[in-house]
Amino acid sequence: MNRELKRVSIVVMLMFVALLSSTSVVQAFQADNLSADPRNTRTLYDSYQVERGAILVAGEPIAQSMPADDDYKFLRTYTNPELYAPITGYIPINGEPTGLEFALNAELTGTSNSQFFDKISALVTGQDPKGAAVEVTIDPIAQQAAWDALGDYTGSVVVTEPATGRILAMVSKPSFNPNLLTVHNNAEVTASYEALLADPSDPLIDRAINSLNPPGSVFKLVVTTAALESGDYTPESTFPNVAVYTAPGTTSKIENSSGGTCGAGDTVTLATALRLSCNIPFAELGVELGDTAIRETAEKFGFNSSYSIPMNVAGSVYPRGLDDPQTAQSAFGQFDVQVTPLQMAMVSGAIANGGVVMAPNLVQEILAPNLSAIETFKPVELGRVMSEETAATITAMMINGVQDGAASNARIDGVDVAGKTGTAQNGSTDPFTLWFTGFAPANDPQYAITVLVENGGGEGQTGFGNKLAAPVAQKVLEAVLNK
Amino acid sequence: MRRLRLPQKLRNLELFLLLIACFINASAVVLVQLGALGELDPTLVLLGAGLSALVITLHIVLRFVARDADPFILPIATVLNGIGIAMIYRIDIADKQGGWESAAVRQTVWSALAIFSAIVVLLVIRNHRVLFRYTYIAGLVGVLLLFLPLVPGLGKEISGARVWISFGNFGTFQPGEIAKIALAVFFAGYLVRNRDSLSMVGKKFLGARFPRFRDLGPILIVWALSMSVIIFQRDLGTALLYFGLFLVMLYLATGRLSWVILGMGLFLGGALLASQTLDYVNGRFTNWLDALNPDVYEAKGGSFQLVQGLFGLAKGGLLGTGWGQGRPEITPVPQSDYIIASLGEELGLAGLFGILALYLLFVARGFRIGFAGQDDFGKLLAVGLAFVVALQCFIVIGGVTRVIPLTGLTTPFLAAGGSSLVANWIIAALLLRLSDTVRNQPRLVV
Repeated sequence: MNRELKRVSIVVMLMFVALLSSTSVVQAFQADNLSADPRNTRTLYDSYQVERGAILVAGEPIAQSMPADDDYKFLRTYTNPELYAPITGYIPINGEPTGLEFALNAELTGTSNSQFFDKISALVTGQDPKGAAVEVTIDPIAQQAAWDALGDYTGSVVVTEPATGRILAMVSKPSFNPNLLTVHNNAEVTASYEALLADPSDPLIDRAINSLNPPGSVFKLVVTTAALESGDYTPESTFPNVAVYTAPGTTSKIENSSGGTCGAGDTVTLATALRLSCNIPFAELGVELGDTAIRETAEKFGFNSSYSIPMNVAGSVYPRGLDDPQTAQSAFGQFDVQVTPLQMAMVSGAIANGGVVMAPNLVQEILAPNLSAIETFKPVELGRVMSEETAATITAMMINGVQDGAASNARIDGVDVAGKTGTAQNGSTDPFTLWFTGFAPANDPQYAITVLVENGGGEGQTGFGNKLAAPVAQKVLEAVLNK
Repeated sequence: MRRLRLPQKLRNLELFLLLIACFINASAVVLVQLGALGELDPTLVLLGAGLSALVITLHIVLRFVARDADPFILPIATVLNGIGIAMIYRIDIADKQGGWESAAVRQTVWSALAIFSAIVVLLVIRNHRVLFRYTYIAGLVGVLLLFLPLVPGLGKEISGARVWISFGNFGTFQPGEIAKIALAVFFAGYLVRNRDSLSMVGKKFLGARFPRFRDLGPILIVWALSMSVIIFQRDLGTALLYFGLFLVMLYLATGRLSWVILGMGLFLGGALLASQTLDYVNGRFTNWLDALNPDVYEAKGGSFQLVQGLFGLAKGGLLGTGWGQGRPEITPVPQSDYIIASLGEELGLAGLFGILALYLLFVARGFRIGFAGQDDFGKLLAVGLAFVVALQCFIVIGGVTRVIPLTGLTTPFLAAGGSSLVANWIIAALLLRLSDTVRNQPRLVV
């Protein structure tokens, strides 16, 4: 019988080996995936057990965890909630966090790899674990000025520092109060969330990074870059100056926004076309350049790719494989071209930065509980999209546009502002989408700004970029330049 | 003569290990209180001290009636029992249960009853060969116990399975747990008597000797028994346990692999058929194979519990959260079917490895009796009892960690449940008795 017994012993050994392996697989190898599963309430509760780090603007908390007398131990509280909602996001007890609360969850809860040694030392010293604080790049003066200047419009203002890509202001309107979504009561959170979700003005959407709109004439900056970088064009290159243009292979007509020709004369220069923001010369230029050249330039600016700031930014789109009529439409920012305000800020920023695109970034520093910096973010170059000469040329053209052109309402006394407006159509009857993008001071750019006003600013098809968007930019630039 | 007091080396070793086990158990309860309550509460410590006194009593009984019994079995059973109580107590705290409502208090009382039963078994059964005489009575008792829950008015259905009998307010009892001992005795006795006819004759086919049709009777009856457990009591785990036990004992007795092949074929065929026709069996398979699928997770009777158990284990990681620091109460029935997930959460992979090692050692001690034993009945019975513990661990822990589909069974010694405790302590007592006999018998030279 002992021979059989030996075999059965081996079977029993194998059974236990199977159990040792399966427990190892679950507890060691799958553990990270299982902990990250959104259905894992243990992870959620844990995220409340540590004192979550604060989110700081210029050293002042805009999001912090206040002691609470319940199971969750801490209540997440937002200061100036509506102003900073697109930046902080919120962390509800019964759902996924958003904004920086989501993107930097590991750092804020103290579970990121860079905080490993802090965790060990907390374990040894018996201190309560604490998350790291996050200092953002936001300039409170710029943020407040942008919020005030945008008034009641639906839209967004993004201010960046051209040389570094640091985001100094990021406003989205209408906004919401994240404090409503962090209360420790499932039913209340759900009710508030459903109400916000049902609101037709979509307050939960961060328009600066997640709202895609047709750019209209602000896209002409991209086409101008493509033209000048091709070496075949200068600002003095001329185009036939007609009142109605029909692209090859179509019968649909393109008109300038004035309805007439682009200034006087039989021909019009590229500089004049950009200054007065005429559609026909750009349609002609677009067809000559071809969709591939324009797309390649657009992609160098950041189109057709997504990035994180560290929140995920919706990718702006310049479509592939366009025919001539579509290329003509796209050349003045219509057809299927779609952009986020942040993408336009990257375009202006690159021109202001001598042609180098900087990665936009919202996080300045991750700070340990003792306020020592765990991680400091350095500027990252995404690449050169144009030569310094081209950048200088386009800057000069944009200064003209503000001083003596279609962007006149962005003028500031004593400071050269470079700018470009946009008025994009959304179908034949829907309200326009209004834009301004630019930077100041033009000779030493400190601030790049992009303003988006959706829904025609309430003026349907009568409002235009220079009337509604440019004054917003002017007010913000005045505020930040005078501080 | 024997009273000349030879030093009881084995018993002294046992006492030493037992004191360590009691110390571990007391520390576990203290750590639970510090971790989950933040303060010390003396009531449960007193209960634990009573339990320690009882296992020491058992140890003293062994000094008189089984001086040469295996020294590891009692300490292992004690430490597993104690860790189980600590975890059940820890979950009581999370669920804010106290007093007689508390599962930990009930578990402690049941433990006392179970250890007492073990003492009675050791005192009454002075020689295991007595059991050989009751082979068929044991078989009858086993079958009756197994089907007792089906008696109307007596049986009780809990979460789908009808394996309990109810004693009104006093509580419920799972007679199937005791039945496994009776059936092990029956299988051992029956197989020792009849193994010649089961192993010697039959046709050779594909290199293995297959039995004659008329010798198929016993295996078919046990198979039918298991299938009826699946169908009427809706209990996959118990059926698997009994059938696996029978197959292994049959193989040990006859040495014929063909029996195992035949038996596994029968059982897999039956299980496959059941998974096609019985909803609950089918559900168990889906939950096993596709646990993380949101549809399966959300479904009624779906994988919610299984996945919550996995989340708990994942939370524990390598070293665990520590006693009282995790959230095992999130998983449904964390103190019985899922106690291993609860322990994995708070003690980590390291803790589970320790627990598995204890089980393996326990089972190995049983197999050791099998190797050293002189009489075939004793050998078969010891290995059968040890194997049933091993198989039960495999079925329930394997179910929780997705090695096999989950079926409801108790984790021996750990899980909340009186009948299981009583049964496993009786198994421990029988193994102690058998190991004593093995060492006492003069080696026969044949």
